[in-house]
Amino acid sequence: MKIPIPQKSTTNHRKKLLISVLTLIFGFSPFLLFGQTVNSNTGIFSQPGVIITIVLLLIPLLSALALVVIKIERIRKNLRYKKDIDEAGRFSNYLKSLSSEQINELNKRQESLDYKLTNIELTGSLPAKDDKGLLSNVNENANIRFITEKKRGLNRPGIDPAHSKLIIWYMITATFWLLFGTSVGEYVGIKFVAPDIDHYSWLSFGRLRPVHTNAVFWGWSSLGMLGLAYYVVPRVSNVPLASLKIGWWSLWLINASVVLGSLALMAGINNGGGEYREYIWPIQLLFAIALIITLINFIKTVARRNTKEIYVSNWYIIASIIFTITITVVAYVPAWQNGMGETIVQGYYMHQGVGMWFMLLTLGLVYYFLPQQLNKPIYSYSLGILAFWSQIFFYTLIGTHHFVFSAIPWSLQTVAIVGSAGMIIPVVSGTTNFVMTFKGSWNKVSGSYTLPFFIVGIIFYFTGSLQGTAEAFRYTNLVWHFTDFTTAHSHITMYGIIAFFLWGGIYAVLPRLTGQEPPQVAVGIHFWMAFIGLMFYSIPLMIGGTLKGMMWMDGQPFIDSVVLMAPYWLWRAIGGTLMWASHLFFAYNMYKMIVSRDVININASAIEKLSIGDSELVNLQDDGKQEPQ
Amino acid sequence: MDFINDHKKLFLTAFALFAFLTIMVAIIPAIQNQNNNSTLPGAESLSEDALAGKAVYLSNGCVACHTQQVRNVAMDEVWGSRPSLAADYAGNKRTDFWRNTATLMGTERTGPDLTNIGNRQPSVDWHLLHLYQPRSVVAQSIMPAYPWLFETKSKLEKGDVEIKVPEGFSDSDGNKIVATKEALQLVAYLKALKQAKLYDENLAPDFLYRKEPELSDASSGEKKDKALNGKALYSMQCQTCHQLNGEGLKGAFPPLKGSPVVLDDNPEKLIDIIMNGYDAREEYGVMPAVGKNGNLKPEEISAIINHERSSWGNNARKVSPEEVKKIIESLK
Repeated sequence: MKIPIPQKSTTNHRKKLLISVLTLIFGFSPFLLFGQTVNSNTGIFSQPGVIITIVLLLIPLLSALALVVIKIERIRKNLRYKKDIDEAGRFSNYLKSLSSEQINELNKRQESLDYKLTNIELTGSLPAKDDKGLLSNVNENANIRFITEKKRGLNRPGIDPAHSKLIIWYMITATFWLLFGTSVGEYVGIKFVAPDIDHYSWLSFGRLRPVHTNAVFWGWSSLGMLGLAYYVVPRVSNVPLASLKIGWWSLWLINASVVLGSLALMAGINNGGGEYREYIWPIQLLFAIALIITLINFIKTVARRNTKEIYVSNWYIIASIIFTITITVVAYVPAWQNGMGETIVQGYYMHQGVGMWFMLLTLGLVYYFLPQQLNKPIYSYSLGILAFWSQIFFYTLIGTHHFVFSAIPWSLQTVAIVGSAGMIIPVVSGTTNFVMTFKGSWNKVSGSYTLPFFIVGIIFYFTGSLQGTAEAFRYTNLVWHFTDFTTAHSHITMYGIIAFFLWGGIYAVLPRLTGQEPPQVAVGIHFWMAFIGLMFYSIPLMIGGTLKGMMWMDGQPFIDSVVLMAPYWLWRAIGGTLMWASHLFFAYNMYKMIVSRDVININASAIEKLSIGDSELVNLQDDGKQEPQ
Repeated sequence: MDFINDHKKLFLTAFALFAFLTIMVAIIPAIQNQNNNSTLPGAESLSEDALAGKAVYLSNGCVACHTQQVRNVAMDEVWGSRPSLAADYAGNKRTDFWRNTATLMGTERTGPDLTNIGNRQPSVDWHLLHLYQPRSVVAQSIMPAYPWLFETKSKLEKGDVEIKVPEGFSDSDGNKIVATKEALQLVAYLKALKQAKLYDENLAPDFLYRKEPELSDASSGEKKDKALNGKALYSMQCQTCHQLNGEGLKGAFPPLKGSPVVLDDNPEKLIDIIMNGYDAREEYGVMPAVGKNGNLKPEEISAIINHERSSWGNNARKVSPEEVKKIIESLK
């Protein structure tokens, strides 16, 4: 397999590079899908899957570098600012030394420079008569209200306080499960380095591992997503939520399911070892009921919408709930679970769990929050729709790629690998859409504490998802399957994509609901620790995982590969600690955003009082100058 | 495009597409595989104890680190004599009313694959000790210890299975460490994990991606390879008990370093022990019939014993594969 690089030395280098990268990504994949007798003597770095991964790895690293450069630039500006201030001090000292005549002269000059027309010279100060209704109900004919004006004061955007309360409680419980789940994860990670840290059955590795994964899945990510969805769905339908009560019920049910599930797993009660369906069916049933009633709630809300179109966010969100109910039923109905059936269903379920639940719903949220935060419409509605249908089509096929080379029928494995390659379509169209939405607004990034989270999410959406494609090839399965590379990949996706998008969404919504912004320094610390932590977590595991796989291929004794991993596991624990610590800052920010600081905004509360008293709104800024009509 | 503005049509279409694909790639293949496979004639079904042991395996989440699948790739050859087949899993049925089927194929190999552990490591003593404290037998292991599967007793009662714990890991109060019923059941399960023989070995799928031997220095490299083989074979077959340094574990597994059996000019007893196992010394665990269980060839046994007879300060004459073959035949 040769890369068709043009031979002419006169061709421009950039074009060459572009062609070779594109050939690598797209050209190679079809050959690999059927590569049953690939020559395994070629070096690991000539394997397309490996090359793709390395290229993908470089993307976040380079982006981090770019962000560091921006930071340094800002520090430089700050220094400049300080210098200017000093200069101003010196200038004011000089002004003090002037005589009163000179000062009068200067003041006069200032007055004439400052003179401006008031703009009412021609109209007078009478209020305008508005017979044509031009000034009220401005937005009446707008289809979709997904762009809220960027407001400095962060007023409530007309959300029912009872509704706000529901959303806030979703966030609070999600934050709790994030702290709980990642504390367990951190502890489990430490056990790789110190296996004898404790000897209690309830805290043993095999029992805690599913506690960690399920708590961050069904607790943190699911509650976080649903909380944001409870904001987005009615908002883009332009109507109030159909039923708050159902919202509360689903919150209770999901929390109950995670509490009971975690306890059961620690007590040694699980469903049979299939990942992410470790909760036994009575416990998972609570979760399923929550989803079913939420689905009813959302569909009712959408059915009452004031807009003609169903905004694309709602496509993603509602479809993902429908699909998740479906996969839960397929995963728990015993009729097709004997022998190999269990494994086929397991592959299907564990991948649809991440792809159809977490990814699809989160994408729906991004289609709302990204345009909203950038204050402009999404680049292309059609790309969003293409990504939607192609995601359904390809993602559903790829489950069994977790069991390549296993006893599962070879044809089914091939379908899964082809589907994994097909995932390039939704991922590239989604990423293009998001990046093109950003285009022309990059300057807003530095002034926003939510946008960096979205950028990281988008980067990992691209790299993490395509890494999944690369991992599905047969050769890369040899090197990476069963190793810690998989762990790194799942953290890049569930954490790099899902968690970062959720944080972006939460930081965008909560201040609007409570009127309180988080301390920006703490948000910055949260962001950087989580991001750097994730890098320290995943890169060593990827390197170690690759070396481990190559060692196995060389036929070296297994225990040597355990010894080899020791330093990489230590780095993982360090990265994990950074990630975990960043969540403490996130929790602190949550506290700052939610708990009232008892500072009364005089204007806002005066207006609130007036509207309660059913009196007309007065324009306070006119300050009584209003003349009687 | 009217249907994208109609929520019923839109979501029903999406659901229909998803449901169709689900049926095609998950439900139909699952049902087909469930119905078209049955257990191999040579496969033993799990005993009652082994089944209870499987439940212990399940509830402690062993599947998080141990796979039970030999893939049809050459690198997995160390875990079994042939790739796993759908038939190997066909006997797995729903666990009980509360719990799903557990095929336990796994997705991570933080620890070794266990498909064939019953053949690879048949020693009950080793398993018990390893469960009680993995690092007492494999110093570099990171497997959790399972002390809650054992009790400490000052005095043994009838029927108690005491485990011989090496110094440094034994109970600080000098109590005896006794395996609980769960521990014994778990070991019964592990011992039952054996790849069933195929009626016709040629029917097994091939191991793919086999590394082709390098042709260049075949003549000079051959001898080297054989010497290496002895060490590698020892690490796979013997090292877990007798350790890398050949010193064994005091109180559990005897040393090979300086052992009269190993150093004897006549290797008959040594080969007998390797082939047929040994249980003559009270103070040590039972030696399983490594040679028979693992189907070791005379060349392999020769490589192993030559490694043992020439390492750790041991110095005895080399034994040729032909001599080993003769002795094995005479033992029958």
